[in-house]
Amino acid sequence: MSSIVIRAEGLGKQYRVGERERYLTLRDVLMKVVGSPLNFFRPAQTELMWALSDVSLQVEHGEVIGIIGRNGSGKTTLLKILSRITRPTTGSAEVSGSVRTLLEVGTGFHPELTGRENMYLSGAILGMSKREIERKFDIIVAFSGVERFIDTPLKHYSTGMQMRLAFAVAAHLEPDILLVDEVLAVGDLEFQKKCLGKMEEVSGSGRTILFVSHQMNQIRRLCKRVLWLEGGEIYRSGPTAAILGEYEGALSSGQRNQGQRSTGTRTKARFVRWQIDGTESDSSNFLTTMGAVTIRFQVEVLAPIRNGHHGIALYNGERQLMWGWAKENVQLGPSMHEFCYTFPTLPLRPGPYSWQVSLWEDGEVLDMWDCAPDMIIATEGHQHPQDEWNGILNVPCQFEVCGGN
Amino acid sequence: MTQGSENTPQVATVDSSPSVGGALPASALSLQKPFYRIAPPQGFLDLNLREVWNYKGLLYFLVWRDIKIRYKQTAIGAAWAIIQPFMTMVIFSLFFGKFARMPSEGLPYPIFFYTALLPWTYFSGALQNATNTIVENQRVVTKVFFPRVILPLSAVLSGLLDLGISFLMFIVLMFYYRIHFAWTILLLPGFLLLAVVTALGVGLWLSALNAIYRDVRYVMPFLVQLWMFASPVAYPSSLVPERWRWLFGLNPMTGVIEGFRWALTGHGKPHGGLLLASVGIVAVIFCAGLVYFQRMETTIADVV
Repeated sequence: MSSIVIRAEGLGKQYRVGERERYLTLRDVLMKVVGSPLNFFRPAQTELMWALSDVSLQVEHGEVIGIIGRNGSGKTTLLKILSRITRPTTGSAEVSGSVRTLLEVGTGFHPELTGRENMYLSGAILGMSKREIERKFDIIVAFSGVERFIDTPLKHYSTGMQMRLAFAVAAHLEPDILLVDEVLAVGDLEFQKKCLGKMEEVSGSGRTILFVSHQMNQIRRLCKRVLWLEGGEIYRSGPTAAILGEYEGALSSGQRNQGQRSTGTRTKARFVRWQIDGTESDSSNFLTTMGAVTIRFQVEVLAPIRNGHHGIALYNGERQLMWGWAKENVQLGPSMHEFCYTFPTLPLRPGPYSWQVSLWEDGEVLDMWDCAPDMIIATEGHQHPQDEWNGILNVPCQFEVCGGN
Repeated sequence: MTQGSENTPQVATVDSSPSVGGALPASALSLQKPFYRIAPPQGFLDLNLREVWNYKGLLYFLVWRDIKIRYKQTAIGAAWAIIQPFMTMVIFSLFFGKFARMPSEGLPYPIFFYTALLPWTYFSGALQNATNTIVENQRVVTKVFFPRVILPLSAVLSGLLDLGISFLMFIVLMFYYRIHFAWTILLLPGFLLLAVVTALGVGLWLSALNAIYRDVRYVMPFLVQLWMFASPVAYPSSLVPERWRWLFGLNPMTGVIEGFRWALTGHGKPHGGLLLASVGIVAVIFCAGLVYFQRMETTIADVV
């Protein structure tokens, strides 16, 4: 049995709605008493919500797990419970190993203190000992890139510099288990890359990491396994590529105007199914290679087609047309046929896509099918680390600085 | 781990004892590794003093931070720790000593007053800092785990530096009035401890309450002022009628102040019963505060 470092069973956390926002004042309480003296002594009738419910998970030593989900799906709450910032309402968990939590960078920074002083303070708050900080002092300062200002009060730092220093401290934590909330989205691009690299280094050194992010490319890079939270529950969990594909599909399906899945008379011919060549049946819609790929669309022809016309289109998750193509003069006898497409590569950024295939005769639609399921491209992303700079294409490239004297 | 917790599946503990593995496979736990169990809050009291001890480094840095930032961007810095009590002493000596001719246990009024002002200034400052500490460190509290009791503890401890500085002023005063320290000064650490525990005990209550009801912050100035007049700061406790003396002793600061005065000058030996009452009441406040704080601790990050 491999070693399990986190074992949680049935974790749930109930909040009163608005509890986090509202300050209670004595006046509120008094008003309540005066307004309805009897009600005050009854159990509160406030609306309760489960920020997290019935979450069970096991994490093995050295695993790097990505946690995804919409805002308010309970990701941060889960981290807070596992790191003991707050207690669960139900369930229990056992954690073995030292745990450090990174819910935000710069926790405990004080503007009046110098960069050096803040390093010590922030390090101590994050759980480092004084000796540990002293030992890593030079590395941390070098990593942050604020050497020149290390004895300047933090209030004179730019936001970016503060973030750098903060992350530099955080990046040098060495716990057995690291719980990281969405914190890698700070700083400039260069620094983000540095951070991501550092995270990879940390995850490579056998530490267990739970990693919340909205940036799917970060999850792809760092995590083998993904936990998808939805409404406070674990909706899916499994290998990164599969879960992310489905997740991105779900995110975009909300925006897509699907219309009819299939149009046409479907009396002479109909599309039956589609699959990527060389895949298992349960993942026949997953494209995992950047190399050559063959995709087969099966069409059942019921009556002979003499002057057929076949069209194909590929849409992305936002229903943008990626590619379209057509073939005229298609003759088909009544039988089961396969339309086989071979592409040298489909260089599209990872995510959900949908094929649309159609068959016409004499200007009449025999069948037009929005292929189900979606095609999930789960290849390695060769993209900008920030999602907003990701393009449509996924192009592996080599970069070097050439020339220049 | 709390005793007996292996039998009850949902122990109200977050504990860090390394060995009691419960459901975890033995292989999962190297015995040196910290281990903890997370469960809903339950039970009356499960203080984890070992955990607090583990975080002594953080306590050190929080005290250090408080001291560092206290006089940042002031022109004369820590001199304020002398000037403030000195000015207060001058004013009180003028009004209470000169004009009102308050009895002062046979001591010069400034000495009489300053011996009380030392613990009182410390106490009121420490109490106010402790009360605000959780709210002021809200971001940290909601983002990082550590035993929350460290916050009021650090607030109470960091005030000791100012006390030390203003004590230097007191030595000057003693020279000025040519008064010698008596043997009773050996008792000073005891009374100092009583002052610290009093501030911490009340601070535990108020900091947790303040996290939920921000009103506490506004009540504090009145509370401190009222408390000062209910304590023998500007007047000797002999002014209080004999049969009410025990009630007076229920104010723990009475014991602290009388004790300080006695320890520093050898004058005005406090009534034994009064001292006992102060110590007793402090013990009660402190223990109850610890229990209350620990109960609040489980939800503080949710409500602060």
